[in-house]
Amino acid sequence: MSIDRETVLHVARLARLALSEEEVDAMTGELAGVLDHIATIGELDLEGVAPTTHVVAVENALRADEPAPSLPVARALESAPDVAEGGFAVPSPQA
Amino acid sequence: MSGLLELSASQAAASIARGELDAAELFDFYRERAARDETNAFTWVAGAAPETRSDGPLAGVPLAVKDLFATEGVPSQAGSRILEGYCPPYTATVVERLAAAGAPLLGKTNQDEFAMGSSNENSAFGPVLNPWDHRRVPGGSSGGSAAAVAGGLAPWAIGTDTGGSIRQPAALCGIVGCKPTYGAVSRYGMIAFASSLDQAGPLARDVSDAALLLSAMVGARDPRDSTSLDYPGAIALPTRVDLKGVRLGVPAELSGEGIEPGVLGVFEATLELARRLGASVEPCTLPHAGHALAAYYVLAPAECSSNLARFDGVRYGYRAPGASDLLSMYTRTRHDGFGAEVKRRIMLGTYALSSGYYDAYYGRAQRVRTKIAEDFAAAFERFDFVVTPTSPAVAFELGAKLADPLAMYLNDFCTVPASLAGIPAMSIPVGLAEPPGGGTPLPVGFQLIGPAFSESDMLGAAFALEQALGFDGSAVRS
Repeated sequence: MSIDRETVLHVARLARLALSEEEVDAMTGELAGVLDHIATIGELDLEGVAPTTHVVAVENALRADEPAPSLPVARALESAPDVAEGGFAVPSPQA
Repeated sequence: MSGLLELSASQAAASIARGELDAAELFDFYRERAARDETNAFTWVAGAAPETRSDGPLAGVPLAVKDLFATEGVPSQAGSRILEGYCPPYTATVVERLAAAGAPLLGKTNQDEFAMGSSNENSAFGPVLNPWDHRRVPGGSSGGSAAAVAGGLAPWAIGTDTGGSIRQPAALCGIVGCKPTYGAVSRYGMIAFASSLDQAGPLARDVSDAALLLSAMVGARDPRDSTSLDYPGAIALPTRVDLKGVRLGVPAELSGEGIEPGVLGVFEATLELARRLGASVEPCTLPHAGHALAAYYVLAPAECSSNLARFDGVRYGYRAPGASDLLSMYTRTRHDGFGAEVKRRIMLGTYALSSGYYDAYYGRAQRVRTKIAEDFAAAFERFDFVVTPTSPAVAFELGAKLADPLAMYLNDFCTVPASLAGIPAMSIPVGLAEPPGGGTPLPVGFQLIGPAFSESDMLGAAFALEQALGFDGSAVRS
């Protein structure tokens, strides 16, 4: 399985991950090695096999719908890197 | 005070219950030991004993908790720089349950970042050292919990296991580690890696301690975790002294090729002991086990790429300074905040889920998962437990496998199949073996894998083996 720099850069964009030039180079080789191993699942005949969606059969895991206090705003904002007007502050998307 | 160190957690709990030992004295004893830790096992140690009831079943015996469990007001970074300074506003259900049962929080333990790793070298807090040999890794990802228990810095600990992250470090550190049935323990408040696989469990000095701790972790379904289950019955404390009538199956796929000769030798001697204790030991087959690792390294990175999307520098933790727009704030925060292995898995998972590749990777891996569960179901028609070496290798030297991701992933070869099937598995220390090329002998783990909810029976069989073996890890607790 070969994976090129363009693909690595495309996937990094999807993953919202900045990569340095060195990281792109390293990632290209490392991902190819792992993908070669992963490709072995292509050898199996899986015709008609249902995919596992959950390992233990559970249906409709419901809980009682009881109102309870939410986290106070000040508590929720305590760990934020930047806050403004009672909310999370972020740089403008358009800037 | 070496008398306190000699007590197992169960013995200490019994002493406290009888009024012979003061819980606060035990807490201080371990708090001081943890604060003097030379293995980098702890990321945070409690300043003073919290108020915990000592009349519960765990009687006030202090607990070390893997960093990724949310603990209110206490640093919880999952070993990552991206959660720098994060003190959650709430506590994980399982930590709350254990505190209510009488196990106060002694400290938080080091781990591979977001539980991704098999050596505890992928941590923003630096690597953990194996108490048996400080030049070697403790295994991972729950390496801090394993090293803390093995080194006598904590009476017992909890960790999480996604593909072997409790069992493998337990094996490499010479202690007991148990991954329960998926859903047996609430995941609420566990910082997620791969949600369909992650499961919390005990790391303990012996099987009785693991059973006692696990008995307080399972219970009624947690309304805050829709995948948690009502555990059927209670975990029984183990008492059996033989293995008469116990049928052990040895899968050729996980007990031959790729396993160090020293590990294999100890494994085979343990099978012989099991026979002498009355067990039947026969070959069995898990035809798809050889493909488990490949399926796992599609599914776990895919889930991680989705779970870790939440770390964007907005609500908690680290934010890259100076970004002028939102997108570069995200991408630079994630670049700086995540370590190399986490980035690799996010990339792998994003690739596997991206348009055009989904069916070839994720879709196929989910089908392989079904086949592996069917392999186990077929084996359990003839056997009570499937047994394998826990890890193909004894503790390896720091840095030995860092340059080759695939070599690192192969450490999970024997543990991943049970994870994919969602069934319980545990590791017990069964002897020592020299590493390849010679050197000081190091612990070898023996893995038992059983059907869903077979924890009590599995702990019973493990206890019988443990009693007959007499493995002694006291040398590294001094």
